[in-house]
Amino acid sequence: MQVAMRKSGVTSKLIWVVIAIIGAVCLGMVALRRGEPVNAIWLVAAAIAVFTIGFRFYGKFVEHSVLRLDPTRAPPSVLRNDGLDYVPTDKWVVFGHHFAAIAGAGPLVGPVLAAQMGYLPGTLWILFGVVFAGAVQDFMILGLSLRRDARSLGHMLREELGPLPGLVAMIGVLVLMMIVLAVLALVVVKALTHSPWGTFTVACTIPIAFLMGGYMRWFRPGRILEVSVIGLILLLVSIWAGKFVADSATLAPLFDMDAKALAWWLIAYGFVASVLPVWLLLAPRDYLSTFLKIGTIALLALAILLTAPDLQMPAVTRFIDGTGPVFAGDLFPFLFITIACGAVSGWHSIIASGTTPKLLANEGQARMVGYGGMLMEAFVAIMALIAATYLHPGVYFAMNSPSAIIGSTVQDAATTISQWGFVVTPEQLLQTAKDIGENSILSRAGGAPTLAVGMAQLLHNIMPSGGLMAFWYHYAILFEALFILTTVDAGTRVGRFMIQEIAGLIHKPLQATESWTGNLLATAVCVALWGYFLYQGAVDPLGGINTLWPLFGIANQMLAAIALMLATVVVVKLKRERYVWVPGIPALWLIVCTLTAGYQKLVGPISFTAAANKYADAMQQGQLLAPAKTTAAMQQIVTNNYVDMVLTGLFMALVVVMVLFCLRSLVKAWRTNHPTAHEEPYVALTSVAG
Amino acid sequence: MNATLQSVRKWAVQTARLCCGIPDYDGYVKHLREHHPERKVPSYGEFFRERQEARYKGGGGRCC
Repeated sequence: MQVAMRKSGVTSKLIWVVIAIIGAVCLGMVALRRGEPVNAIWLVAAAIAVFTIGFRFYGKFVEHSVLRLDPTRAPPSVLRNDGLDYVPTDKWVVFGHHFAAIAGAGPLVGPVLAAQMGYLPGTLWILFGVVFAGAVQDFMILGLSLRRDARSLGHMLREELGPLPGLVAMIGVLVLMMIVLAVLALVVVKALTHSPWGTFTVACTIPIAFLMGGYMRWFRPGRILEVSVIGLILLLVSIWAGKFVADSATLAPLFDMDAKALAWWLIAYGFVASVLPVWLLLAPRDYLSTFLKIGTIALLALAILLTAPDLQMPAVTRFIDGTGPVFAGDLFPFLFITIACGAVSGWHSIIASGTTPKLLANEGQARMVGYGGMLMEAFVAIMALIAATYLHPGVYFAMNSPSAIIGSTVQDAATTISQWGFVVTPEQLLQTAKDIGENSILSRAGGAPTLAVGMAQLLHNIMPSGGLMAFWYHYAILFEALFILTTVDAGTRVGRFMIQEIAGLIHKPLQATESWTGNLLATAVCVALWGYFLYQGAVDPLGGINTLWPLFGIANQMLAAIALMLATVVVVKLKRERYVWVPGIPALWLIVCTLTAGYQKLVGPISFTAAANKYADAMQQGQLLAPAKTTAAMQQIVTNNYVDMVLTGLFMALVVVMVLFCLRSLVKAWRTNHPTAHEEPYVALTSVAG
Repeated sequence: MNATLQSVRKWAVQTARLCCGIPDYDGYVKHLREHHPERKVPSYGEFFRERQEARYKGGGGRCC
C-alpha cells in the first residue's frame, strides 16, 4: 500500500517535471525564435503547460495558504438552499455556467488590437497576467463571497471597507458599464459599416429572436435547446441569404450604412430592446448567443489545432515604441490596458460574486471554477491572438489602422503600410476583401472583423471550397455581433435598474421598476449615456476604437484593482499578513498601470488634451481638419475630447480615493492583533447535508 | 455504457440550461416537496417563465 503510494507520488512528480520542461521549451521557441515564422502550436502548447502548472501549484497555494478553503465547511448553496438561486450543483455544471458568464467579446478584441506590437508582448502578458493576477482575482473574490453568504462585490466592499468606499466603487462600476456598452456597440458599428451582407444578417437576428420567443412562450414552453437549434438553422440561412442581398441592386442600398447611421440604429435598438418584455427578444437571443459562443470557441480551437498555422506577424514589431496605428501609447502601460479581459478583467469580480458562489456545492471546488474558468478565458484570448497574428501583417494593419493614417484607398493603404516594413500590394488587400465578400477591408478596427478574417482563412484551410470563406467571415461577424447585442440589451437593463436606484434616493417613486414612467425615463438616461460615447466613436477622427478602447481598458483594470485591493485588505484582516503580496502585487501593478495610462491620456502627445487643442487651434485659424467637414463638427470633436478628459480624470480620482480607503483599512487591520474580517461562522457540511 | 451516456446527456442539458439561467427543475420540485410541502408545485412552463424574468432583473451577470 505504502509502496504503491510512494510510486504514484514519484510518477506524479515526474509528470510535472515533464510538463515543466515542455512548457519551457515551447515558451523558448515562442520567445526566442527570430527571423523565421513560429508555428501557432508552440504557442498553444506553451499556454497549456503554463496554465496547468499555474493551476496545480499557484492555484493550490492560493487555495490552501491564502484563502484556506475548507471542504468540510458548508457553502451558501447548502446553507441557504432554495432550489432556485442557491442550489448545490455539480462542479462541471457550475464550471460551464461560470465560463459562459465570463467569456464575452473582451478576450476576442483586446488581443487582436495588441497584436500591433507583435505576438510576443501580448502572449507573455496573457500567460503570466492570468496566472498571477486575473485568475487570482476571480478565485479570491469567489472565495471571499463563498465565506460571506455569496454576497456581491459591492456588498463586500461596503462591509469590509465602509459604506462610502462601497458607494464610490459602485459609481465606478456604473460608469465602466456605460463605457463597456459603448465600446462593444462600436465594435459592431465598425464591423457593419458599408457591409450590406453583415448588416442584413445581424438585422435578421431580431425577427428570428421574436420567432423563438413566441415558440417558447406559446408553442413549446421552456424548450431552450430545441428552439436554439431552430434559431441556429435560421441564422445560417440568413447568412446564406445575405449574399443575395449584398448582390442585389435594390436591396443592398437598404442595408448599406455609414458609421453614424449605424450608431443611431443601435441606440434606437438598445432603447426598444430593453423596454420590450425579456421573453420576446432578449432571452431567446441570449440562449442563441450563449451556445453559439461556446460552439464557435470550440470551432476556433479545432481550426487552429488542425491547420497548425505559422504566425506571419513578427514576435515584436517596431510599434512597441508607442507609435502604433491601432492604438497609441508605449508597451508600458498600454499593453496592459489594451489586453484587459483574457489577462485580468475587473468585470469578472462581479460575476465571481454573483450567481457562481450560490451554486458551488463545496469550497474545495472553488479553485477549479474560479481559477480554472479564468485560465479558459485566457486560452480564448491566446486563440484570438493567434488568429490575428496568423493574418498577413499588411492585411492586419490595413484592417486596424484609422483612415486618417493609411488613407481611404487600397493604393494609399498599401503604400503607407509597406513603408512601415510590412510589404503588401493593393491587389492583396482587394483580394482579401473579395474573398470575404466585402467591398473593402480598410479601417475596420475593433477586433471582430480581424478575428473574422483570421477565422475564415483558418476554416477555409480545413475545408478548401470556393465561396465558403465569405460565409465563414459573416458567420464570425454574426457570432460576435449577436452576443455583443445581447450584452448591450442586458447591460442597458442593469444600468436602468442602477439608475432607478440612484434616482430613488432623490425622488422615491422613480425607484418603482414596474412603473412605466420610471422605466422609460431611466432607460432613456442609460441609453443616452452609452449612446453619447458610441456616437462620439462613430465620428471620431481616429475611428473611435483608437480613442475609446484605452478608456475602457483603464476602467476595467480600475475595477480589477479595486477587487484585488479588497482581497488584500481581507487577507490582512484575517491576520494572514505574510501572504499579503498574493493579491497585493497584482493590485499595485494595476494601480500603477491605470494611473500611468490615465496620466498619459491627460498630458502629453497621445492625450485627449492634445487632440482637443489640435482641433481648437485649427478652428481658431479657420481651418477644417479631417474628418470634420464643418465648424460644428470640429467643435463636436473638441467637446468629445474634453468629455474623455473628464472621464479619465474621474477614473484616476476613483482609483486614488479607493487606494486611500484601502490603506486606511489595511493599517487599522495590521495594528489589530485579532482577525476582523466579516466571515460567516463555520458550519460543518456534515451537520446540514442530507 | 448506457448509464454513462445518460449521465453525460443529463450533465450537458443541465449545463446548457444553467448557462441560460434556468436551474434544474427536478431539483426544485424535490426541494419543494421536502421542505415546503404546503406550497403548490409549479409546472415546468411556470417555473421557466419565473426564472426567465428573474435572470434579467439586475445583478449584471454578464461580461464584456
